[in-house]
Amino acid sequence: MSWVGHYNYWVAIFLMMSGFYVVISRGNLIKKLIGLNVFSTSVFLLYISMGKIFGGTAPIINEHSQKFQLFSNPIPHVLILTAIVVGVATTAVGLALTVRINERYGTIEEDEIRAKDDSL
Amino acid sequence: MESVVDIVLLSFLCITVVAIVYIRKLFCAIMLLGIFSLLSASLFVTMDAVDVAFTEAAVGTGISSILLLSALALTHTREQRPPHQPYIALLVVVVTGAVLIYGTMDLPRFGDPNSPIHRHVAVRYIADSPHEVGPPNIVTSVLASYRGYDTLGETVVIFTAGIALVGLLGFRRRQEFKVRLYQPMDKKTSYAENSTEDGDEFEDNIKLPGANHMVLRIVGKMFIPLILLFALYVQFHGDYGPGGGFQAGVIFASGIILYALIFDVETAMRVITPKGLRLLAVAGVFIYGGVGLVCMFLGGNFLDYNVLSAHPLHGQHLGIFLIELGVGINVFAIMVIMFYTFANRKRGSV
Repeated sequence: MSWVGHYNYWVAIFLMMSGFYVVISRGNLIKKLIGLNVFSTSVFLLYISMGKIFGGTAPIINEHSQKFQLFSNPIPHVLILTAIVVGVATTAVGLALTVRINERYGTIEEDEIRAKDDSL
Repeated sequence: MESVVDIVLLSFLCITVVAIVYIRKLFCAIMLLGIFSLLSASLFVTMDAVDVAFTEAAVGTGISSILLLSALALTHTREQRPPHQPYIALLVVVVTGAVLIYGTMDLPRFGDPNSPIHRHVAVRYIADSPHEVGPPNIVTSVLASYRGYDTLGETVVIFTAGIALVGLLGFRRRQEFKVRLYQPMDKKTSYAENSTEDGDEFEDNIKLPGANHMVLRIVGKMFIPLILLFALYVQFHGDYGPGGGFQAGVIFASGIILYALIFDVETAMRVITPKGLRLLAVAGVFIYGGVGLVCMFLGGNFLDYNVLSAHPLHGQHLGIFLIELGVGINVFAIMVIMFYTFANRKRGSV
């Protein structure tokens, strides 16, 4: 039953693919950004899953945690911590572009934007 | 027990994400995204990533939702049904997912202490960081000292995003609103002491967004100082427990954003001016880079804090304190700038 140990990764991949599906199948730009957010959060989940050790504890060393002696891996935590803040920065830039597109075209639906472009 | 919590949270996540895919009301989708973030933050806690959970809870459920909602207020709230069937998209997604799942077959089991990721440099960080860097929180040591270059890069990315936002949307003020708000200024100062009848009359004049939400205003007034205090605690306690500049900056910003939501953006802009925020954003990056340069002038490498003080550990402590402060100031300023630019944009303006 070696495959049981991978359920965390599989669920993360399912969530990732759902986000990816929203990004490529939906025409609405804000919905696309929501999908992108789901996608990135699932990637964070995958990373953090890899850093987990059963029986380990949070990587903070003090007199209370000395008895554990087993810490989860801090490197994915560091990478993802900064990635989250950068993720919100990218979302904000995407949203700003969406707002500007809406001001120009009066819509945020991809096919309507394309139709307006073609009619020019 | 650990795996039960894990599985329950994962199934909640799956349900939420299916709802996000199906729902057409964008407002509901944004709220569900907030729930999704909160659930994943809880999952991060169960997987011992307390710092990450902290950040995800503050950013994913707080700032992201606010930014998405402010963008939604400027656009359309309902998604159109796409004209074509999404079969090709579905096929692409299924194939990609299958390939990825096939790829996980080679991965070590979840929670395996012997997997390669735990045998690399992480061993050294856990064993040596108390003697080499000092802070009990290993994540802070790695973030601020071992991988200080990385974090400088991230700080600059956030700064760039802030510049991009100001470039795209600008700080243009809502003119008609400003005039309406400035006229009854004297009345406004005495508004708090006025009885409710006077308050109703006042509302007809200027329409504060939160004016008719008495509960919101009072609870907000009670909570905002606590939020700001908590942010400072997170900032300065980041060496010892979960926390640090990124989280503190976001939490401080959410306190200000809450103020702006309850008492109007114009009022908040008079408290925390866009000009001051721009200065703070620059100052944050400048402090970070400046610490690196000072290290070089003192004879060390860039961001090598050992030379900052006679004792290497004290130098590390000082260096980490300063760069976390720089990160906190920068993140705070950029997050509030982002909110201001969206909130200040008039609907449909070109």
